[in-house]
Amino acid sequence: MIVGFTVNDEPVSVRVSHPGSLLDVLRDDLGLLGSKSACQQGECGSCSVILDGELVCSCLVMAADMEGSTVTSIEGVGAEGALHPVQEALHSAGAIQCGFCTPGFVVASVDLFERDPHPSPTEIREALAGNICRCTGYGAILRALEGLASGVDG
Amino acid sequence: MTLDTIRRTAIPEGGIGQSPSRPDGVPKLLGEFEFVQDLKADGMLWAATVRSPHARARIISIDLAPALAMGGVHACLTADDVPGRATFGLEHPDQPVLAGDEINYWGEPVALVAAEDPRTAVRAASLVEVTYQPLPPVTDPEEADASDLVFRRIRIRRGDQAAQGPVVVEGRYELRMQDQAPLGTEAGLAIPDGQGGVDLYATSQWLHVDQEQVVASLGLRPEQVRSHPAGVGGAFGAREDVSLHIHLCMLALHTGRPVKMVYHRSESFTGHVHRHPARLWYRHQAEEDGRLVRVEAKLVLDGGAYASTTSAVLANASYFAVGPYRCGSVAVDGVGVRTNNPPSGAMRGFGAVQSCFGYESQMDRLAAALGMPPLELRRVNALVTGDRLPTTGQLIEIPLPTREVIDSLEAMPMPDEGLVSHHSLLPGGSGLTTEPVHVRRGVGYAVGIKNLGFSEGFDDYAQARVRLVDDGAIVETAAMEVGQGLVTVLAQIARTALGVSSVRVIHVDTSKIDSAGSTSASRQTQMSGGATLEAATRLRTRVLGHFGGDALDDEGVWNGEELVAPWQQVVEGEWAEAATFRHPPTIRPDEEGQGVAHADFAVAAHRAVVDVDVELGLVKVVRVDTAQDVGFALNPESIRGQIEGGILQGVGLAIMEELVIEEGVILNPTFTDYLLPTVLDAPEVEALLVEAGGSWGPFGAKGVGEPPAISSTAAVAAAIRDATGRQLDRVPIRPQDIAL
Repeated sequence: MIVGFTVNDEPVSVRVSHPGSLLDVLRDDLGLLGSKSACQQGECGSCSVILDGELVCSCLVMAADMEGSTVTSIEGVGAEGALHPVQEALHSAGAIQCGFCTPGFVVASVDLFERDPHPSPTEIREALAGNICRCTGYGAILRALEGLASGVDG
Repeated sequence: MTLDTIRRTAIPEGGIGQSPSRPDGVPKLLGEFEFVQDLKADGMLWAATVRSPHARARIISIDLAPALAMGGVHACLTADDVPGRATFGLEHPDQPVLAGDEINYWGEPVALVAAEDPRTAVRAASLVEVTYQPLPPVTDPEEADASDLVFRRIRIRRGDQAAQGPVVVEGRYELRMQDQAPLGTEAGLAIPDGQGGVDLYATSQWLHVDQEQVVASLGLRPEQVRSHPAGVGGAFGAREDVSLHIHLCMLALHTGRPVKMVYHRSESFTGHVHRHPARLWYRHQAEEDGRLVRVEAKLVLDGGAYASTTSAVLANASYFAVGPYRCGSVAVDGVGVRTNNPPSGAMRGFGAVQSCFGYESQMDRLAAALGMPPLELRRVNALVTGDRLPTTGQLIEIPLPTREVIDSLEAMPMPDEGLVSHHSLLPGGSGLTTEPVHVRRGVGYAVGIKNLGFSEGFDDYAQARVRLVDDGAIVETAAMEVGQGLVTVLAQIARTALGVSSVRVIHVDTSKIDSAGSTSASRQTQMSGGATLEAATRLRTRVLGHFGGDALDDEGVWNGEELVAPWQQVVEGEWAEAATFRHPPTIRPDEEGQGVAHADFAVAAHRAVVDVDVELGLVKVVRVDTAQDVGFALNPESIRGQIEGGILQGVGLAIMEELVIEEGVILNPTFTDYLLPTVLDAPEVEALLVEAGGSWGPFGAKGVGEPPAISSTAAVAAAIRDATGRQLDRVPIRPQDIAL
């Protein structure tokens, strides 16, 4: 079946012939490799995207259900020389190590800050509880986002 | 070049002691950084692995015909197709590339499939018909010990073996199996070169040792295999052994096509080695004033089915079995056993974690028996420069600030007592299960020690090359960047030594440079950093000599106030210098375990504060503070990242991370069932960097990656004991250990 939807403001049309996920379509069919596959069961948030305004794990979304939907993936957030404030904050706080979880954290944080530009530390933690980072211990990520929320780095 | 020399001259922007941003930070933030998982090649096939469903079995037959009959399948290979050495292994090549006659662990690779796309490959793998005769697996490590199924035994005897003290404490302790769980699973792409050779891009911690093992098992000449650096999503030891490397190269040469493979998470759990589970027995004897008189230990580490690095992990566990403490009478018997459990090998802390949980639990028991504050007992016994390691007898010549880390930790402020600010920070978290009335606070301490770099006589070296180019300088290295920040720190070192601020690190393949050694053992900053410093210093001296200058910077060569050679004139010539750095030599200790086994040591102390719901057995680690011996802080922000990340892995081992093994089978090989700490589990961390200098690392720096993961587990366990009054001799500590 052919499924049509919008990714990062671009209309796309994909032939879906397998019981694959949105993550498979993003990576394998559309060549959008920023979303990462790490657990394949919605536990780690490495494949986070914003689907019709909701933060989701793209590995849990059936590709065949995408008709008419709108997706923002990491490729739709910021650009070289024009980082999103969330990316700027993470960068200057040294919140990146291996970087495999980073796109997912960026998408989840962008989702949070677009809903509330000044989340409390507790709200930041709750919002990121679905994203696993194995390298940083989360400290630098929290410092970055708490700084952004309080306007220190924003 | 010494630190004092450097400090007398200007350190350029982005030099040592600063925390410049990672050069790979922006690409990672934009999702543009290329990981192995993201690689593609024209005409690429996809591979899948057929794995044993039994922990121990005899292979009766393998029928590839149903898989080969599937459309889109290009190859099915078995042990018979391994062209060269049938086995591989980091220290001892005892592990079959593909199982031949027998299966020794659950998930052992039996056959390989290459097909047009990943789904076809997985489906074809499921069609390979393997007939097994299951056999009873050996899964009890003490039974294996009794049957002499052993990779290595270490016997240490030092001092008067009849020594006795008036205060005696004895205990048995257990650590279960922890997984490194890097976010990126094993992945690789092998591309045949059309002339019988192959280029490999794969997750790795040590390109040259991967390459050597591929060469041996493919029966090729070394120059026919090039192992290339590629983007790696974390490592923590899981990538020191080869996993899919030989498999991919076999398939690529067999099919003549590029072949890619990416392990599924559940496959990754069986596709790499894990932290050794351990059973420990300890007896400590002390004077009434707390001074240790005698320490005895028996350490049993489960190496699983194949050797991997069990020998070296056991060495660490044994040589650090007493911890960073003085003791004149020591008897340690360590054994690494062979079972049919999943193979164990490298994980951050590498043996030192296991014994630390034992000796620090003992120190708390001893402190309680003596009625002494736990840190006071540790201070009384602190091992310092000029002492001898209580196990091997090695004289400690490099600054070892054990007392300083203890004193610094003690001086750090304690968090406020009283209820946390939000229910999500209670032990039951957002589940709202915890009644505040059941919450008890506890505080625990632990101090740990570990060697830095490879030990026991291993010829440990790293090569780096520094080259001047049009826009500055580059550092070429085969050292793997796996997230730890080597790409930043090598540039900082080169900038400082050259005096030039524009420096990039270029990772190159095994044909372009000699080995940098392993990205493990907390060693790359010291080893590849040492090579970079030496190469850059020599290069600067040569350039200055050639142009008759006394200073080099981004503008060129200066003599006093005069620019004697602008940069573009300098780089008209070829300016490159390679250096191979070796740390001080070590030896394999004698039959009594005596000898200079180690090149360097680092210590760290941790204080954990926990809230425990004693009714439900739930734990919230509120805070972990630490003071760590770093020698010299080359990049304070990066060190803080290592400390926070390492502590959280230690917290994971203390309260949640356990691969549950039953009859050799991993019962929880998913992120749903193998629990990893999330941001809601992360404690606040305050870290104090103790800079005693004096190491042979660049500018006196020590490796910093492992110490955070060594005593943090023991500190959290101690804090939970303090909160609950329970002995808790096993980690991870489960709710039922606290509440039942």
